[in-house]
Amino acid sequence: MSKVCIVFDRLRAEEKMLQKEASDLGHDAVMLDAKITQVNTDSKREDYDLGDVVLERCVSYFRGLHFTASLEFMGMPVLNKFEIANLCGNKMFMTLQLKKHNVPTPKTYFSFSSESASENIDKVGYPLVIKPVIGSWGRGVMPLKDKDTTDAIFEIRDITDSPHDRIYYLQELVQRPPRDIRVITVGDQPIAAMYRKSSGGFKTNIALGADPEICEITKEIEDLAVQASKAMGGGILGIDMMEDQKNGLIVHEVNNTVEFKGLVRVAKRNIPREMIEFALNYVRK
Amino acid sequence: MNCPECDATLNIPGDASVGEIISCPDCGADFEIAKKDGSNVELKQAESVGEDWGE
Repeated sequence: MSKVCIVFDRLRAEEKMLQKEASDLGHDAVMLDAKITQVNTDSKREDYDLGDVVLERCVSYFRGLHFTASLEFMGMPVLNKFEIANLCGNKMFMTLQLKKHNVPTPKTYFSFSSESASENIDKVGYPLVIKPVIGSWGRGVMPLKDKDTTDAIFEIRDITDSPHDRIYYLQELVQRPPRDIRVITVGDQPIAAMYRKSSGGFKTNIALGADPEICEITKEIEDLAVQASKAMGGGILGIDMMEDQKNGLIVHEVNNTVEFKGLVRVAKRNIPREMIEFALNYVRK
Repeated sequence: MNCPECDATLNIPGDASVGEIISCPDCGADFEIAKKDGSNVELKQAESVGEDWGE
Protein backbone atom coordinates (compact mmCIF):
# COMPACT_ATOMS: atom_id res chain seq x y z
CA MET A 1 0.00 0.00 0.00
CA SER A 2 1.29 3.45 -0.91
CA LYS A 3 0.48 6.88 0.42
CA VAL A 4 -0.36 9.98 -1.58
CA CYS A 5 -0.29 13.43 -0.03
CA ILE A 6 -2.69 15.96 -1.50
CA VAL A 7 -1.57 19.51 -0.77
CA PHE A 8 -4.40 22.04 -0.86
CA ASP A 9 -5.35 25.49 0.34
CA ARG A 10 -9.07 25.27 -0.45
CA LEU A 11 -10.64 21.84 -0.45
CA ARG A 12 -12.60 21.57 -3.68
CA ALA A 13 -14.47 18.73 -5.37
CA GLU A 14 -11.30 17.78 -7.28
CA GLU A 15 -9.22 17.22 -4.15
CA LYS A 16 -12.00 15.15 -2.58
CA MET A 17 -12.27 13.04 -5.73
CA LEU A 18 -8.51 12.42 -5.70
CA GLN A 19 -8.68 11.42 -2.04
CA LYS A 20 -11.56 9.02 -2.71
CA GLU A 21 -9.87 7.38 -5.71
CA ALA A 22 -6.66 6.84 -3.78
CA SER A 23 -8.66 5.20 -1.05
CA ASP A 24 -10.71 3.10 -3.53
CA LEU A 25 -7.46 1.88 -5.05
CA GLY A 26 -6.41 0.69 -1.61
CA HIS A 27 -3.91 3.44 -0.87
CA ASP A 28 -3.69 5.99 1.90
CA ALA A 29 -4.42 9.61 1.08
CA VAL A 30 -3.35 12.33 3.44
CA MET A 31 -4.62 15.88 3.03
CA LEU A 32 -2.18 18.68 3.86
CA ASP A 33 -3.33 22.30 4.14
CA ALA A 34 -0.46 24.47 2.88
CA LYS A 35 -1.89 27.49 4.73
CA ILE A 36 -1.18 26.03 8.14
CA THR A 37 2.05 24.14 7.39
CA GLN A 38 5.37 25.58 8.51
CA VAL A 39 8.72 24.82 6.89
CA ASN A 40 12.26 25.92 7.71
CA THR A 41 15.76 25.40 6.39
CA ASP A 42 16.28 22.38 8.65
CA SER A 43 12.96 20.75 7.70
CA LYS A 44 13.17 17.09 6.73
CA ARG A 45 10.77 14.93 4.81
CA GLU A 46 10.23 12.72 7.85
CA ASP A 47 9.05 15.73 9.92
CA TYR A 48 5.79 15.64 7.95
CA ASP A 49 3.27 13.01 6.93
CA LEU A 50 3.95 13.31 3.22
CA GLY A 51 3.68 9.73 2.05
CA ASP A 52 5.40 8.60 -1.14
CA VAL A 53 4.39 11.37 -3.50
CA VAL A 54 2.69 14.76 -3.32
CA LEU A 55 -0.02 16.09 -5.60
CA GLU A 56 0.17 19.88 -5.31
CA ARG A 57 -3.37 21.24 -5.71
CA CYS A 58 -3.33 24.76 -4.26
CA VAL A 59 -5.75 27.20 -5.88
CA SER A 60 -3.27 30.02 -5.19
CA TYR A 61 -0.52 29.72 -7.80
CA PHE A 62 2.20 31.43 -5.78
CA ARG A 63 1.38 29.46 -2.64
CA GLY A 64 1.53 26.20 -4.56
CA LEU A 65 4.74 27.14 -6.35
CA HIS A 66 6.59 28.12 -3.16
CA PHE A 67 5.24 25.14 -1.27
CA THR A 68 6.52 22.90 -4.07
CA ALA A 69 9.95 24.49 -3.69
CA SER A 70 9.89 23.61 0.04
CA LEU A 71 8.85 20.03 -0.63
CA GLU A 72 11.45 19.48 -3.34
CA PHE A 73 14.05 20.95 -0.97
CA MET A 74 13.15 18.10 1.40
CA GLY A 75 13.64 15.60 -1.42
CA MET A 76 9.93 14.97 -1.90
CA PRO A 77 8.65 14.03 -5.36
CA VAL A 78 5.92 16.52 -6.29
CA LEU A 79 3.48 16.63 -9.18
CA ASN A 80 3.88 18.93 -10.85
CA LYS A 81 7.54 19.69 -10.42
CA PHE A 82 8.57 23.23 -9.49
CA GLU A 83 10.05 23.81 -12.92
CA ILE A 84 6.81 22.87 -14.68
CA ALA A 85 4.65 24.92 -12.28
CA ASN A 86 6.93 27.90 -12.78
CA LEU A 87 6.64 27.69 -16.56
CA CYS A 88 2.89 27.09 -16.68
CA GLY A 89 1.98 29.72 -14.09
CA ASN A 90 3.42 32.59 -16.10
CA LYS A 91 1.88 33.07 -19.53
CA MET A 92 4.99 34.66 -20.98
CA PHE A 93 7.29 31.83 -19.84
CA MET A 94 4.73 29.29 -21.04
CA THR A 95 4.35 30.85 -24.49
CA LEU A 96 8.12 31.08 -24.94
CA GLN A 97 8.51 27.44 -23.91
CA LEU A 98 5.83 26.30 -26.37
CA LYS A 99 7.38 28.30 -29.20
CA LYS A 100 10.87 27.07 -28.35
CA HIS A 101 9.60 23.51 -28.78
CA ASN A 102 7.81 24.29 -32.06
CA VAL A 103 4.33 23.87 -30.59
CA PRO A 104 1.95 25.99 -32.72
CA THR A 105 0.83 28.90 -30.55
CA PRO A 106 -0.70 32.34 -31.26
CA LYS A 107 1.66 35.15 -32.23
CA THR A 108 2.39 37.03 -29.02
CA TYR A 109 4.10 40.35 -28.36
CA PHE A 110 5.95 41.21 -25.16
CA SER A 111 6.69 44.73 -23.95
CA PHE A 112 8.00 45.92 -20.64
CA SER A 113 6.36 49.31 -20.23
CA SER A 114 3.07 50.85 -21.34
CA GLU A 115 4.91 53.24 -23.67
CA SER A 116 6.67 50.42 -25.42
CA ALA A 117 3.48 48.34 -25.65
CA SER A 118 1.66 51.33 -27.25
CA GLU A 119 4.49 51.78 -29.75
CA ASN A 120 4.29 48.11 -30.64
CA ILE A 121 0.53 48.30 -31.21
CA ASP A 122 1.07 51.27 -33.56
CA LYS A 123 3.28 48.93 -35.61
CA VAL A 124 1.22 45.71 -35.54
CA GLY A 125 -2.32 47.17 -35.38
CA TYR A 126 -5.60 45.90 -33.92
CA PRO A 127 -7.28 43.67 -32.85
CA LEU A 128 -5.18 42.14 -30.09
CA VAL A 129 -5.85 40.47 -26.75
CA ILE A 130 -4.15 41.63 -23.56
CA LYS A 131 -3.59 39.04 -20.86
CA PRO A 132 -2.04 39.35 -17.42
CA VAL A 133 1.05 37.10 -17.24
CA ILE A 134 -0.19 35.70 -13.91
CA GLY A 135 -3.81 34.79 -13.40
CA SER A 136 -6.46 32.36 -14.44
CA TRP A 137 -10.14 31.84 -15.14
CA GLY A 138 -10.00 34.50 -17.86
CA ARG A 139 -9.54 37.34 -15.38
CA GLY A 140 -8.00 40.45 -16.92
CA VAL A 141 -8.10 38.96 -20.42
CA MET A 142 -9.47 41.71 -22.66
CA PRO A 143 -9.80 42.30 -26.38
CA LEU A 144 -8.08 45.48 -27.61
CA LYS A 145 -9.89 46.84 -30.64
CA ASP A 146 -9.12 50.55 -30.59
CA LYS A 147 -6.71 53.12 -29.18
CA ASP A 148 -9.12 54.65 -26.65
CA THR A 149 -9.78 51.34 -24.90
CA THR A 150 -6.08 50.46 -25.00
CA ASP A 151 -5.01 53.79 -23.51
CA ALA A 152 -7.58 53.40 -20.70
CA ILE A 153 -6.39 49.88 -19.85
CA PHE A 154 -2.74 50.90 -19.95
CA GLU A 155 -3.44 53.93 -17.75
CA ILE A 156 -5.14 51.73 -15.15
CA ARG A 157 -2.14 49.40 -15.22
CA ASP A 158 0.25 52.32 -14.74
CA ILE A 159 -1.79 53.52 -11.75
CA THR A 160 -2.08 50.13 -10.03
CA ASP A 161 1.52 49.29 -11.00
CA SER A 162 1.71 45.82 -9.53
CA PRO A 163 5.00 44.17 -10.58
CA HIS A 164 3.35 41.97 -13.19
CA ASP A 165 1.40 44.93 -14.63
CA ARG A 166 4.71 46.12 -16.07
CA ILE A 167 4.86 43.08 -18.32
CA TYR A 168 2.66 43.56 -21.38
CA TYR A 169 1.55 40.30 -22.99
CA LEU A 170 -0.38 41.05 -26.17
CA GLN A 171 -1.62 38.28 -28.40
CA GLU A 172 -3.15 38.15 -31.86
CA LEU A 173 -6.94 37.72 -31.74
CA VAL A 174 -7.31 34.26 -33.25
CA GLN A 175 -10.24 33.76 -35.64
CA ARG A 176 -11.95 30.60 -34.40
CA PRO A 177 -15.35 29.14 -33.60
CA PRO A 178 -16.76 30.40 -30.24
CA ARG A 179 -15.17 27.56 -28.30
CA ASP A 180 -11.84 26.10 -27.34
CA ILE A 181 -10.66 22.62 -26.43
CA ARG A 182 -9.34 21.57 -23.02
CA VAL A 183 -7.27 18.38 -23.00
CA ILE A 184 -6.13 16.78 -19.77
CA THR A 185 -2.80 15.00 -20.09
CA VAL A 186 -1.34 12.64 -17.54
CA GLY A 187 2.28 11.68 -18.15
CA ASP A 188 2.20 13.01 -21.72
CA GLN A 189 -0.95 11.00 -22.52
CA PRO A 190 -4.26 12.77 -23.23
CA ILE A 191 -6.95 11.09 -21.12
CA ALA A 192 -9.98 13.34 -21.65
CA ALA A 193 -11.01 16.40 -23.63
CA MET A 194 -13.90 18.81 -23.76
CA TYR A 195 -15.08 21.72 -25.83
CA ARG A 196 -15.63 24.85 -23.78
CA LYS A 197 -18.26 26.95 -25.50
CA SER A 198 -18.38 30.67 -24.97
CA SER A 199 -21.34 31.84 -22.96
CA GLY A 200 -21.66 35.01 -25.01
CA GLY A 201 -18.37 36.92 -24.86
CA PHE A 202 -15.10 35.88 -26.44
CA LYS A 203 -13.86 34.03 -23.33
CA THR A 204 -14.38 30.30 -23.00
CA ASN A 205 -13.44 29.68 -19.36
CA ILE A 206 -15.67 27.23 -17.50
CA ALA A 207 -15.19 29.44 -14.42
CA LEU A 208 -17.02 32.18 -16.35
CA GLY A 209 -19.92 29.95 -17.29
CA ALA A 210 -18.74 28.41 -20.57
CA ASP A 211 -20.60 25.26 -21.49
CA PRO A 212 -18.55 22.02 -21.33
CA GLU A 213 -19.15 19.37 -23.97
CA ILE A 214 -17.21 16.13 -24.47
CA CYS A 215 -14.67 16.27 -27.30
CA GLU A 216 -13.35 13.22 -29.09
CA ILE A 217 -9.57 13.03 -28.92
CA THR A 218 -8.61 12.90 -32.59
CA LYS A 219 -5.12 11.96 -33.74
CA GLU A 220 -4.42 15.65 -34.37
CA ILE A 221 -5.52 16.66 -30.85
CA GLU A 222 -3.56 13.78 -29.35
CA ASP A 223 -0.36 14.62 -31.22
CA LEU A 224 -0.55 18.29 -30.31
CA ALA A 225 -1.35 17.56 -26.65
CA VAL A 226 1.60 15.17 -26.41
CA GLN A 227 3.89 17.72 -28.05
CA ALA A 228 2.74 20.50 -25.68
CA SER A 229 3.01 18.28 -22.61
CA LYS A 230 6.54 17.22 -23.52
CA ALA A 231 7.50 20.85 -24.14
CA MET A 232 6.45 21.77 -20.60
CA GLY A 233 8.08 18.75 -18.95
CA GLY A 234 5.18 16.31 -18.55
CA GLY A 235 3.27 15.72 -15.33
CA ILE A 236 -0.46 16.39 -15.02
CA LEU A 237 -1.58 19.23 -17.26
CA GLY A 238 -4.59 20.98 -18.76
CA ILE A 239 -3.80 21.94 -22.34
CA ASP A 240 -5.99 24.54 -24.05
CA MET A 241 -6.27 24.57 -27.82
CA MET A 242 -8.05 26.79 -30.32
CA GLU A 243 -9.26 25.89 -33.80
CA ASP A 244 -7.53 28.69 -35.71
CA GLN A 245 -9.27 29.23 -39.06
CA LYS A 246 -5.90 30.04 -40.67
CA ASN A 247 -3.50 27.61 -39.03
CA GLY A 248 -5.57 24.72 -37.64
CA LEU A 249 -5.15 23.61 -34.04
CA ILE A 250 -2.93 25.77 -31.88
CA VAL A 251 -2.10 25.67 -28.16
CA HIS A 252 -2.72 28.92 -26.30
CA GLU A 253 -2.33 27.80 -22.70
CA VAL A 254 -1.05 25.00 -20.50
CA ASN A 255 -2.41 24.78 -16.95
CA ASN A 256 -0.48 23.36 -14.05
CA THR A 257 -3.18 22.64 -11.45
CA VAL A 258 -5.89 21.44 -13.75
CA GLU A 259 -9.54 21.61 -12.65
CA PHE A 260 -11.71 18.72 -13.82
CA LYS A 261 -14.97 18.63 -11.90
CA GLY A 262 -16.98 19.52 -15.03
CA LEU A 263 -15.20 17.14 -17.37
CA VAL A 264 -15.30 14.23 -14.94
CA ARG A 265 -19.08 13.96 -15.35
CA VAL A 266 -18.87 13.23 -19.06
CA ALA A 267 -15.39 11.74 -19.56
CA LYS A 268 -15.11 8.06 -20.48
CA ARG A 269 -12.00 7.58 -18.37
CA ASN A 270 -11.78 8.07 -14.61
CA ILE A 271 -9.70 11.27 -14.46
CA PRO A 272 -8.85 11.36 -10.72
CA ARG A 273 -8.05 7.65 -10.74
CA GLU A 274 -5.65 8.06 -13.66
CA MET A 275 -3.98 10.93 -11.82
CA ILE A 276 -3.50 8.87 -8.65
CA GLU A 277 -2.21 5.86 -10.59
CA PHE A 278 0.20 8.07 -12.51
CA ALA A 279 1.45 9.69 -9.28
CA LEU A 280 2.16 6.32 -7.69
CA ASN A 281 3.83 4.92 -10.81
CA TYR A 282 5.87 8.11 -11.01
CA VAL A 283 7.65 7.28 -7.75
CA ARG A 284 7.89 3.54 -8.46
CA LYS A 285 9.97 4.21 -11.59
CA MET B 1 -24.47 26.27 13.69
CA ASN B 2 -25.16 29.91 12.92
CA CYS B 3 -23.44 32.28 10.52
CA PRO B 4 -20.88 34.40 12.43
CA GLU B 5 -21.78 37.27 10.10
CA CYS B 6 -25.60 37.37 10.02
CA ASP B 7 -26.69 34.64 12.44
CA ALA B 8 -28.60 32.63 9.81
CA THR B 9 -28.52 28.84 10.16
CA LEU B 10 -25.60 27.29 8.28
CA ASN B 11 -26.12 23.96 6.60
CA ILE B 12 -22.90 22.01 7.16
CA PRO B 13 -23.04 18.55 5.55
CA GLY B 14 -22.08 15.69 7.85
CA ASP B 15 -19.32 14.57 5.49
CA ALA B 16 -17.78 18.03 5.10
CA SER B 17 -14.02 18.07 5.67
CA VAL B 18 -11.50 20.49 7.12
CA GLY B 19 -10.54 22.98 4.42
CA GLU B 20 -13.95 22.99 2.74
CA ILE B 21 -15.83 26.21 2.21
CA ILE B 22 -19.30 26.77 3.62
CA SER B 23 -21.38 29.63 2.23
CA CYS B 24 -24.11 31.29 4.23
CA PRO B 25 -27.41 30.98 2.34
CA ASP B 26 -28.59 34.35 3.64
CA CYS B 27 -25.68 36.80 3.54
CA GLY B 28 -23.38 34.87 1.15
CA ALA B 29 -20.33 35.07 3.42
CA ASP B 30 -17.83 32.25 2.94
CA PHE B 31 -16.29 30.35 5.81
CA GLU B 32 -13.65 27.66 5.86
CA ILE B 33 -13.95 24.66 8.15
CA ALA B 34 -10.92 25.08 10.40
CA LYS B 35 -11.54 22.14 12.75
CA LYS B 36 -14.04 19.33 12.87
CA ASP B 37 -14.56 16.86 15.65
CA GLY B 38 -17.76 14.91 15.16
CA SER B 39 -20.55 17.46 15.10
CA ASN B 40 -18.32 20.18 16.60
CA VAL B 41 -17.21 22.44 13.80
CA GLU B 42 -14.94 25.48 14.01
CA LEU B 43 -15.11 28.01 11.21
CA LYS B 44 -12.75 30.73 10.09
CA GLN B 45 -13.16 33.49 7.52
CA ALA B 46 -12.47 32.06 4.05
CA GLU B 47 -9.75 33.71 1.97
CA SER B 48 -11.03 35.97 -0.78
CA VAL B 49 -10.19 35.17 -4.39
CA GLY B 50 -6.61 36.25 -5.12
CA GLU B 51 -5.06 37.59 -8.29
CA ASP B 52 -3.06 34.36 -8.60
CA TRP B 53 -5.97 31.98 -8.08
CA GLY B 54 -6.86 29.46 -10.71
CA GLU B 55 -5.48 26.56 -12.67
